Amino acid sequence: MRELFTASLVMSTLRLATPLVLAALGGLFSERAGVINIALEGIMLAGAFTAAAVTYAVGNPWVGLLGGIGAGMLIAAIHALACIRYKADQVVTGTAINILMFGMPGFLSGAFFLSSGSTPQLPKEQLIPYTPMVMAGLLVPLTWYVLYRTPFGLRLRSVGENPAAADAAGVSVPLIRYSGVLVSGVLAGIGGAYLSIGQSSLFTRNMTSGRGFIGLAALIFGKWRPVQTMLACVLFGFTEAVSIQMQGVVKLPSGEDIPVQFIQMVPYLLTIIVLAGFIGRSRPPRALGLPYEKE
Amino acid sequence: MILDDRARSAPTRSPFRHYSDGLLGELIFPLIAVLAAFVVGGVMVLVVGDDPIQTYRLLLGSALSWPDGIGYTLFYATPLIFTGLAVLVAFRGGLLNIGAEGQLYVAAFATAWAGITFANLSAWALLPLCFLAAILAGAVWGAIPGVLKARFGSHEVITTIMLNFVAVALVGYFTQYHYKAPGDPIMQTTMIGGGAHIARLGRFIPGFPERIPLNLSFVFALIACLLVHLFLWRTTWGYEIRATGSNPQAAEYGGISIRKQMVLAMAVSGALAGMVGINEVLGYRYRHYDGFSANYGFTGIAVALLGRNHPVGVLFAAMLFGMMIRGGIFVDAFTNNVTKDLVDVLQGIVILFVAAEALFRGPFASHRLLKRSKI
Repeated sequence: MRELFTASLVMSTLRLATPLVLAALGGLFSERAGVINIALEGIMLAGAFTAAAVTYAVGNPWVGLLGGIGAGMLIAAIHALACIRYKADQVVTGTAINILMFGMPGFLSGAFFLSSGSTPQLPKEQLIPYTPMVMAGLLVPLTWYVLYRTPFGLRLRSVGENPAAADAAGVSVPLIRYSGVLVSGVLAGIGGAYLSIGQSSLFTRNMTSGRGFIGLAALIFGKWRPVQTMLACVLFGFTEAVSIQMQGVVKLPSGEDIPVQFIQMVPYLLTIIVLAGFIGRSRPPRALGLPYEKE
Repeated sequence: MILDDRARSAPTRSPFRHYSDGLLGELIFPLIAVLAAFVVGGVMVLVVGDDPIQTYRLLLGSALSWPDGIGYTLFYATPLIFTGLAVLVAFRGGLLNIGAEGQLYVAAFATAWAGITFANLSAWALLPLCFLAAILAGAVWGAIPGVLKARFGSHEVITTIMLNFVAVALVGYFTQYHYKAPGDPIMQTTMIGGGAHIARLGRFIPGFPERIPLNLSFVFALIACLLVHLFLWRTTWGYEIRATGSNPQAAEYGGISIRKQMVLAMAVSGALAGMVGINEVLGYRYRHYDGFSANYGFTGIAVALLGRNHPVGVLFAAMLFGMMIRGGIFVDAFTNNVTKDLVDVLQGIVILFVAAEALFRGPFASHRLLKRSKI
């Protein structure tokens, strides 16, 4: 048992928590502004695919990262436009984007790389394994500062809590909401890029495998606050790291492997429990999900 | 009648306002959304270097040929009718069920479990038992988010998303550790008893080959459409679900227990999603196969929305999507660059357009569909 808790487990936890932190902080900017973002999964897929494809085409991962950010922003902009301008149901729009982006990488890679849903392998020197981790780490205090210590953060929170009052105070509700959703596109885009050109060396079909949703879960578990959300991401990253390391190492007394499925469930079950109020109440921004109509 | 649905569809300043209450009014936006999605999809086909007209001709032609095209189209439509109905019932009750995916996994496994455990029973006993397993398992898994919302106020969108992942893990565990044939490299259970097999339609229709997996479940799906219609519009429970969905305050004032309706709507919704297990396990594979669902639960949201949350609409929307899935396979094989992923792309765009139908109404119109939803 003891050989499990080593430096490699810590490192693996941090690596696995990085995309979650980026996605969750992205979700935070969108949801604190009052726009539900279950499109995080699709945005991450867009970022992951574009980053890998651009890096392959240009040979430079930094350009690839920018491409991933751009793709994330583009998808977020579609979400924002549908939800804010056309007042579409935010959950339905998010679902639509997730389905769209589930298919889009395969559609494009089938044409451009003649493969069924993956991009070509990238050489090791064209990967950025550490920078996104550092970015994720720095973004937590930065998000805290922006949210609680800047006029923009105040407006963002007010627009998510009481848009009518914010409007009366002269804040442009749509403008702030657009900004919030676009920032979520940038961050989730980086999170996706990290998966394809940081952790891995190519894009594979559906490579996020639910990380956008775990990020969302972490956001709720962290009560829509930056530091708590980061801690939730580390916890969820840790459970994933343990479930990977445990395979074939730790055995039950009967000699069987401990089923990984039970560890995989942990983030989701914890979120359900915290949402039900068993571990302190998790209260969403008051105007979350409601389109704002000027009186 | 203030609780009637029509109370919500107040006149809007749309260019189509003359039709807003008629059949055409119901059809016009779904049709525009589908056409617009096909136009956008066509441009994308052009971008990747294929001919959109050829591609769509291939898509429709292969989906509508007799008997294979139609047979497979209806086969692919069957699970989508069930999930579309599931989303519809929840939606009419004011709830968004994103958990059909999890509900149908749990139900499919439960169906296989019943079919394996009681394999020696005769068909007359085994079949009803398997049906019951599918419906009950789906209902229970669907009722959980209903109870969580009624009791603790947890929003069903989040809890259903989370329960989807729990369901996949749970079913994966039981399949891998308890119900897999020893040494089988594939994540699937052993076979169910022969008594639990449902006949393929080829047995009843002359000239329709039995190799096509379209089975009696499709007929059950049609019956389910009818039953959902009768349930929602002809029974007290159905009325109370709709009343809660259109105006919870008024419903409560009128003496309806909103909490009870939440649980009821989610249980019925889950039961309908669970019936996918009947098609998949009893009618097609005769076992539970891990990861069988091609996002049926999520596509069900698209089906319900496109079908205007009406059983007849759901039926047609499911058939349209069934056609796309069938045709997508041929597009994948017989065009140079277009893959079957085109289907997901088209579906995503269709939902976006249906959800943002204000897009087609002009910038000043208010919207009437989908006003709800708050986390």
